[in-house]
Amino acid sequence: MLRMQNVSKIYRTDLIETYALRSFSLEVNAGEFVAVTGPSGSGKTTFLNVAGLLEAFESGSYQLDGTDVHQLSDDARSRLRNERIGFIFQSFNLIPDLNIHDNVDVPLRYRRMSAKDRRERIGSALDLVGLSSRMKHMPSQLSGGQQQRVAIARAIAGDPAFLLADEPTGNLDSLMARQVMDLLEQINDLGTTILLVTHDPELARRAQRNVHLVDGQLSDFRPYEPRPVSGASAAL
Amino acid sequence: MLGYYAQLALRSFRRNPGLTALMVLAIALGIAVCIMTLTVYHAMSGNPIWWKNERLYAVTMDNWDPNQPYDVNNKSRPPQMTYKDTAYLFNSSIPERKEVSFTTAGVLSGGPAVTPHRIATRVTTSDFFAMFDVPFLYGSGWSAAADRPAQPLIVLSRAENEKTFGGANSVGRTLRWNDHEFRVVGVLNDWFPLPRFYDLENGPFSPSEAAFIPFGWAAEMELPVDGNTDCWRPEKVDTYKDMLASDCIWLQMWVELPDRASRERMQAFMDGYWAEQRKAGRFERPRDNRLTNVGDWLKDQKVVDSDNRVLVGLAFAFLAVCLINTVGLLLAKFLNGAPITGVRRALGASRRQVFLQHLVEVGTVCLAGSLLGLGLAAFGLRALQHMYSAARFGRPGGYQELMHLDTAALVWALLLALLATLAAGLYPAWRVGRLAPARYLKSQ
Repeated sequence: MLRMQNVSKIYRTDLIETYALRSFSLEVNAGEFVAVTGPSGSGKTTFLNVAGLLEAFESGSYQLDGTDVHQLSDDARSRLRNERIGFIFQSFNLIPDLNIHDNVDVPLRYRRMSAKDRRERIGSALDLVGLSSRMKHMPSQLSGGQQQRVAIARAIAGDPAFLLADEPTGNLDSLMARQVMDLLEQINDLGTTILLVTHDPELARRAQRNVHLVDGQLSDFRPYEPRPVSGASAAL
Repeated sequence: MLGYYAQLALRSFRRNPGLTALMVLAIALGIAVCIMTLTVYHAMSGNPIWWKNERLYAVTMDNWDPNQPYDVNNKSRPPQMTYKDTAYLFNSSIPERKEVSFTTAGVLSGGPAVTPHRIATRVTTSDFFAMFDVPFLYGSGWSAAADRPAQPLIVLSRAENEKTFGGANSVGRTLRWNDHEFRVVGVLNDWFPLPRFYDLENGPFSPSEAAFIPFGWAAEMELPVDGNTDCWRPEKVDTYKDMLASDCIWLQMWVELPDRASRERMQAFMDGYWAEQRKAGRFERPRDNRLTNVGDWLKDQKVVDSDNRVLVGLAFAFLAVCLINTVGLLLAKFLNGAPITGVRRALGASRRQVFLQHLVEVGTVCLAGSLLGLGLAAFGLRALQHMYSAARFGRPGGYQELMHLDTAALVWALLLALLATLAAGLYPAWRVGRLAPARYLKSQ
């Protein structure tokens, strides 16, 4: 599903070059729930941005669903991102002047779906996160946990194969965080591959597999025991 | 998607109403100034009878002082003709139509609605109306037979007919022009050729005359010229007969030549006449007999002076300053919204889609700015009209007719405004599309 081989990503200034990813290789299979951990500055977010086609990389190869993304035009990368990838961010990143319905609608708009299809998908996604009664609310009228659930609904509305979550519980209290993780597990059980970047050992433990990054490289050190494979993902 | 982008544009305006208003105002001001300047320039420099540009020709012959040209600075030929030369050329049957005229003044009386009053009157030949496509509200002009011997027929302008007869059909009615009874044969519809191409010498932006009478009355009534008369040598001009025989220039002559062959024949006819006259001791300057079409005539006579061009240039410079400010405001607004754009990119918007989305926003701003600019321009032109009105200057006519928005100028100005603003918005829209989305996703 996701296959990175020897991927390097360098940030350059006039004076220095910083390797955010250095010959990074990772393979993630369909339906897996993988937690990416590592200290600050280890390259976790860069990895997520490269995986989500938001950033280009200098060398190596990256195949997503068998497509070599390195050669794709911006249009093709955007289409792939829109159709195959969902994003969940630490700070939710809801668009403040759009109501909940319209926020979830954003990725579907870029897919040029009919209004009827969009309505159905938005309804199902908000149903799944338990917020279908709040469609007309503005983000500012929701709690942090609710906002993150809207962000999850937005990420899954387009039925992506691949969900990228960057510290999705970082701005939430422990109760809310647990609810969000429950939701992610539920989504994973439905067959969506999830890559979760986190600092939280408890959250990482709930993933099926942990990947630890240090200085832009995979580390053999395994700090947490992942949860056992279960449900739909177990069959994959 | 365009509908969606338009919705987003409106949301964006609501998000920053002050900034949006500032941009719209900047564009509107630049465009209003441009439209006003262009309107005046267009009216001053346009060819009011462009559809006959290749048929109508001003006739000129250089009969001037052998020692110096008529216009020492520009070394140009005299713009008017002598009576004796027009009288000869007028006999030619080559032109399809021909016209000789000058402007005079007379006192009109006998109408039911007004007391006697002085009016500008054009003394002209019968073809004047057909040659210049003058529109009639009632009746028509007179026939060639009425030119000489002059018959007491008069054509009134629409305004004069309204003043004298309350706007009623006055054809057949009689009134007095100076001390003669004249019968009204026609009333013109609105006719404001600007510039007044047929007589640039006596005010290119003056309104056309209030009345028109047959040319034969010039000699019959010894009508004085109420315009420019230029003479280059000392001559004894004590009587009207002397004036007609003199080398003084005071007449405008036009011919209508439908094709190149007739133009060449007319030119040959003029040159032949010039050669004969030269033998007889006239036309001592190098031969310069010309048939000049309306467009070239307006240029030759420098109807639009360089000040006006400078003014147009300044107006465009002002528009450029307004647009540069708008570019700055757009950039600030778009970059301020970069985190949201980053989210949209993450959710699948391509650079092209982001560019188009912002371009629609720019287009909406520029449309609003253009429409407001149009309103401001209309208001400004009304103000100018008031400033230059006849009432304020205490004389008839003036520049007020220039100050109205005509369709052609309007379309051009709007097109220019839209294109200029869109061009100005291209960079901010492109720039925001090139932003790296990842940079803003963490920081929102």
